[in-house]
Amino acid sequence: MSDKILMKGNEAIAEAAIIAGCRHYFGYPITPQTEIAAYMAKKMPKIGGTFLQAESEIAAINMVYGVASAGKRVMTSSSSPGVSLKGEGLSYLAGSDLPSLIVNVQRGGPGLGGIQPSQSDYFQSTRGGGHGDYHMIVLAPASVQEMAELTVKGFELADTYRMTAMILADGTMGQMMEPVSLDLDVKPAPEKPWATTGTGMAREHNIVNSLSLVPEELEELNFKRYDRYKVIEENETMYEEYKVEDADIVLAAFGIAARVSKNAVDEARKMGIKAGLIRPITLWPFPKAPFKAAAEHAKAFISVELNMGQMIEDVILATESKRPVTLCNRAGGMIPDPKQVLNSIIEVNGGIQ
Amino acid sequence: MAVVFDKPHALIDVPLHYCPGCTHGIVHRLVAEVIDELGIEGKTIGIAPVGCSVMAYNYFNCDMIEAAHGRAPAVATGVKRADPENHIVFTYQGDGDLASIGMAETVHAAARNENITVIFINNAIYGMTGGQMAPTSLVGQVTQTSPYGRDPKACGYPIKVCEMLSELVGPEYLERVTVNNVKNVRNAKKAIKKAFQNQIDGKGFSLVEVVSSCPTNWGMTPKQALDWIDSDMLPYYPLGVYKDRSAEQKEAE
Amino acid sequence: MSTKNMLFSGFGGQGILFAGKFIAYKGLIEDKQVSWLPSYGPEMRGGTASCSVIVSDTPVGSPIVSNPDILIAMNLPSLDRFEDAVVPGGMIIADSTLIERKVKRDDVTVFYVPATQMASDNKLGNLANMIIVGKLLKEIGDYSEEGLNAALDKVISARHADMKEVNLKAIKLGAEL
Repeated sequence: MSDKILMKGNEAIAEAAIIAGCRHYFGYPITPQTEIAAYMAKKMPKIGGTFLQAESEIAAINMVYGVASAGKRVMTSSSSPGVSLKGEGLSYLAGSDLPSLIVNVQRGGPGLGGIQPSQSDYFQSTRGGGHGDYHMIVLAPASVQEMAELTVKGFELADTYRMTAMILADGTMGQMMEPVSLDLDVKPAPEKPWATTGTGMAREHNIVNSLSLVPEELEELNFKRYDRYKVIEENETMYEEYKVEDADIVLAAFGIAARVSKNAVDEARKMGIKAGLIRPITLWPFPKAPFKAAAEHAKAFISVELNMGQMIEDVILATESKRPVTLCNRAGGMIPDPKQVLNSIIEVNGGIQ
Repeated sequence: MAVVFDKPHALIDVPLHYCPGCTHGIVHRLVAEVIDELGIEGKTIGIAPVGCSVMAYNYFNCDMIEAAHGRAPAVATGVKRADPENHIVFTYQGDGDLASIGMAETVHAAARNENITVIFINNAIYGMTGGQMAPTSLVGQVTQTSPYGRDPKACGYPIKVCEMLSELVGPEYLERVTVNNVKNVRNAKKAIKKAFQNQIDGKGFSLVEVVSSCPTNWGMTPKQALDWIDSDMLPYYPLGVYKDRSAEQKEAE
Repeated sequence: MSTKNMLFSGFGGQGILFAGKFIAYKGLIEDKQVSWLPSYGPEMRGGTASCSVIVSDTPVGSPIVSNPDILIAMNLPSLDRFEDAVVPGGMIIADSTLIERKVKRDDVTVFYVPATQMASDNKLGNLANMIIVGKLLKEIGDYSEEGLNAALDKVISARHADMKEVNLKAIKLGAEL
């Protein structure tokens, strides 16, 4: 018997955060991610940590801002409408170069929308979410094991680059149970000499701040931040390739859509269609290289998404419009069936040859 | 030569950006004097708001954080909970920040009896943006966005923060003071010191509302503004202690 | 066995999610690849409950079971809703205490188990779900007592350890049918 246990994706995130040394969680109830808050409420008091149900998503993200300012690992979680409320805080976290981990277990929108799984916050996440020029590192798990592993990774990346890392999951990933090993490798957090922990009368005062009224200086801050983003693009891009090397039809999908797509790729291969899948694990930075490479041999690309077509724009950019890219999607909380994806592959392939 | 008057150590020796006659300078000094006297500068973290005192982070010698508009009590909650034993945390907020956009954060930090100190500057106007109506602007008060005087039929009545929060079970200490004369400045300092001491003693949420002046946006000379506090502000915002749980408990015993 | 796609469905409170979780854990203990996905939302609070369970020798792709190899229907709405979705040659196990009608299809294997009645007759409370689990394990040739014990240890918390015995009894009862 393996040492794995069955866990819901949401619970795996919470436990992995604790393993990663996070002792401060602030949240607000919203389906389908409330298990994270419930797990933290149960565990944190027993390990000397803080669980606080905030008065709003806005308060929660600002409590995150406070703990991050004090140099400790901290997280909040929510689902789509709640993440919109956090948008202000996400922008301030970016402007103040603070590390934190945010989880978005997406549901269908816009507005109050529904509570079923969705990927319609792709634009919101990969383009920042709040106002101003900035990025978050966006991680898209496709299994409960990855929910745990990417949570740890998210804390590490956030600390390394002093920015927000977001776990972009969906209702399926949050609610499903799969075997997970919690034997996770955690690197210690780096020193944070910039943190506001009190001067101890031993140094100049530290200031955590996103205000900069001199435009030349604010421009310089933006330039520097984007230099850092460039390093991340070069070093931290993650993706999985599945049967891509000889593929004629290459699917692009993340999270739950990637799992559905994998089934469809296997079915297509049985029919003699050379299908493959590129699964971005980091949505920002987007893995441009494998798409560019695949565009050399593939005839066409299909972007499989639980939204009205958002990642497809990055696929078109990454393939430099060399090949046609079509959309295979469901929206509003619906999930594409492997059959729907297979039909899309057959259609793009021009039938079964 | 003996020094008879000096800047408190907790205040950095730089020119403040505040307008002539503004009482922010006085309150900054009082907060800094209290930090010095309590010997807590090395463990204090201040949270600046959005509004006139947004750049308070440049004036206080302790570690400082600039918060989003109205969110200072939430940020303070995070900083305090990050290390409750070793962090002394105060927010410094104006009326728009604390009583309008940040009202939820204010009320809930008070309800939780969050162990922080809140310095609340009530000058009945938005100063930084050029004199718009605040949640605490008086009925009839002329501002840029109430050019015919605040009309309660259209925009309701000014919020009495201390009175409102005093209805909550949570908070430890609520007092309203002003700084328009020497005696009042002395009382204000006492209140501020108590609000910090409460935090050191682990007693919880302590808020000092300082009725302040804004000569520039009130359209008055500094002296007229200080007099207007007496004639117009204080009748609506009476000074006094609105809640002091420890004192009440002592009395009951 | 290569891959078994199973759908458990019934009223909230019938232990649908628990039954699915038990099957998933049993698979995990036997080193299979497994996934368990519940329906969630307002229906969790009293209406229909269902969960997709996949047990496979190969990695699980999509965890969503839209066309089950095996349907466990513990009430009429569940049979009405999912009967047509079962793959040809698949299996349906229905709680015949609560479902009076017969399955209409003739291309699937059907077992009618009066599980709710049996649970009541044997003083097994609301363990109709585990009686059906016993039947399921027997019919897919996956019934072994050692496996049962280990899986029950996983799904029943230490606080409710006294429940293990009755669960075991219910499963055996189902397997003897």
